[in-house]
Amino acid sequence: MPNTRARRAGRPGPRRHTRRDLVVLGALLGIPILLDLALIWGPTLASVGLSFTTWDGIGDIQWAGLKNYDNLFTNYPQFWPAVRHNLLWLVFLGLLAAPFGLLLAVLIDRGVRFSRFYQSTLYMPVVLSLAVVGFIAQLILSRDQGAVNAVIGGRNPTDWLGNPGLNIWMVLLAACWRHTGYVMILYLAGLKSVDPGLKEAAALDGASERQAFFRVVLPTLRPVNVIVGVITVIESLRAFDIVYAINKGRNGLELLSVLVTDNIIGEASRIGFGSAIAVVLLLVSLGFIVTYLVQELRGEQQR
Amino acid sequence: MSRRTLLRGAALGAGAVALPSLLAACSSGPNGITMGSNASDAVPKKAFAEAFQAYEKKSKKKVTVNTVNHENFQENINRYLQGSPDDVFMWFAGNRMQYFAQKGLLTDISDLWRGFDGFSEALKKQSTGLDGKQYLVPYYYYPWAVFHRKSVFQEKGYDIPKTFDQYRALAEQMQKDGLVPFAFGDKDGWPAMGTFDYLNMRANGYDFHIALMSGQKAWNSPQVKQVFDLWRGLMPYHQKGANGRTWQEAAQALAQKKAGMTVLGLPHPGQQFSAADREDLDFFPFPEIDPAHGQDAVEAPIDGFLMSKKAKDKDGAKDLLTFLATPKAEDIYLRSDPNNVAVNSGADTAAYTPLQKKAVQLVSGARQISQFMDRDTRPDFASTVMIQAIQQFLSAPDDIDGLVNDIERQKKQIFSAK
Repeated sequence: MPNTRARRAGRPGPRRHTRRDLVVLGALLGIPILLDLALIWGPTLASVGLSFTTWDGIGDIQWAGLKNYDNLFTNYPQFWPAVRHNLLWLVFLGLLAAPFGLLLAVLIDRGVRFSRFYQSTLYMPVVLSLAVVGFIAQLILSRDQGAVNAVIGGRNPTDWLGNPGLNIWMVLLAACWRHTGYVMILYLAGLKSVDPGLKEAAALDGASERQAFFRVVLPTLRPVNVIVGVITVIESLRAFDIVYAINKGRNGLELLSVLVTDNIIGEASRIGFGSAIAVVLLLVSLGFIVTYLVQELRGEQQR
Repeated sequence: MSRRTLLRGAALGAGAVALPSLLAACSSGPNGITMGSNASDAVPKKAFAEAFQAYEKKSKKKVTVNTVNHENFQENINRYLQGSPDDVFMWFAGNRMQYFAQKGLLTDISDLWRGFDGFSEALKKQSTGLDGKQYLVPYYYYPWAVFHRKSVFQEKGYDIPKTFDQYRALAEQMQKDGLVPFAFGDKDGWPAMGTFDYLNMRANGYDFHIALMSGQKAWNSPQVKQVFDLWRGLMPYHQKGANGRTWQEAAQALAQKKAGMTVLGLPHPGQQFSAADREDLDFFPFPEIDPAHGQDAVEAPIDGFLMSKKAKDKDGAKDLLTFLATPKAEDIYLRSDPNNVAVNSGADTAAYTPLQKKAVQLVSGARQISQFMDRDTRPDFASTVMIQAIQQFLSAPDDIDGLVNDIERQKKQIFSAK
């Protein structure tokens, strides 16, 4: 390596590659690009294209223009609730689960008694898939046979998972149970890497503990914050398995991902219509992805 | 990790992705008939296996059964039939068969039907596609009715209701006696459709029901509003929180004598009863609402076998279907699964339980047989509109106008798409 650099410094001009370099580069860049095109961009663009057609998965593909979108926005009772629920997931996980995870991380990092025990208990749910969390939620919250109603008792048991005004909150709680542990472990790792000298310096400068945390510690956690933010967005946009496990994402648990599945999977598929929903989900995700990339690239320039 | 191991790993990964589909492609070899089965539950799985064994013994041909989880089979049927389907597969009569026949994914078996014996006209109609050709070999059916426990009715001195008024009065009496009148669960989305179908057929007749299901009648018509209105009148007698309860849990409430009645299909409640209690299970036909229609129609979904267009062993498949259409093949099945009733009039009914015998009477006395909402209408309409609409009605039964207008708008959209 130093050799080439020296040569380049000595002889300015266009870089030369041998044929072998080109082949290696072509293979190393080409294969991932091809895979990327075939497995990610291909299906994405196909979905976008199909969203302007009516197709049942068997017959001819017919152009439908914007009909699917028009139908989706004005004539599909599940659509707006699904959008609202998706946003609710984002807000709930982002504003409640993530800060709570941070709080737990700080407490454990402080070394409260039995912190190892808490740490492992809180982390345990993270190894479960959300579908499994959904099954556990059913065992606990089922109206007739659930543990909660058995404990509360009463002649008129609460229908935790069947009441459309209530079940979304129960599912969010169950999802939080898992997400909090996830966030906690990330922050714990981050907190361990904060230089204790910083805190000492802040204390010497007369900062209160709260000031030290918010002005000194939290800013140094910026990389972790970004990761937690990204993970939270991903988790809430891809939420699917837990509501599908509970009641196929119907009756108060609608999510965009569920509507896509409902319309595309099945005996007579409305693939065009389902693709239109998928495109909406894609646009929502793109919003977050673009924001994140812009921020990251800006950060890169400043660094 | 070096570049080489990375590349090797990637190649292996790609192989792992491609391999299952390659294997699947070779699975149906030249010798033997393949059977796609959705009978993933233990009891029917074993019963079917015995019927196929009997065929293997008789014909010296091999039947390879590929069993897939019931729900998954249904969800993937579209791709299954367009990919490499088995020669013969299990499916349902009526609209759900016609749909695939129309798409050209099934083999016409009219020639076999000419030789069939013991099937009624009604059965033939349910096995016929829109083009007038037959595609299905019917195997068994199970009627829907109002199930109850004999002992509870005896103990409390309840009479079997004939009319809707008596039905409602009975429900009220049960509530006074501390029972939940109707055990009810609709978490899976489909069980409540049976109640809708019966209310509709009793109030508006079979012909209206079929016209409604095929998209010819409006959902916001006064007739449909009346159906939901009647249903709303019964809601106080239904078990609360139906959307959070499976039909299995509902049937258990009946078995435990906490509930007085339930509207389900023949195979459903019995599975939740202990063997000792099964004798105690009984049913009566859904009561009359409009005397003009009486109790003429019975909801009795028919299951059977279809032959895929892409069948490899066509002769073998037809031979197997011919065997499955015989009364003997049905007898072998029903010996191990007494929760259904044979379709062939030549089947041996001597071994039937009293409940099965009663089911035969119910259906043979019916002037019309419907198949169930999700089999009488387009599957995409049933699964993306009606399941949600009925669940919405169950949690908020008061806004009927808004509900039926929603359904009608979506119906227009779906039925106008080809």
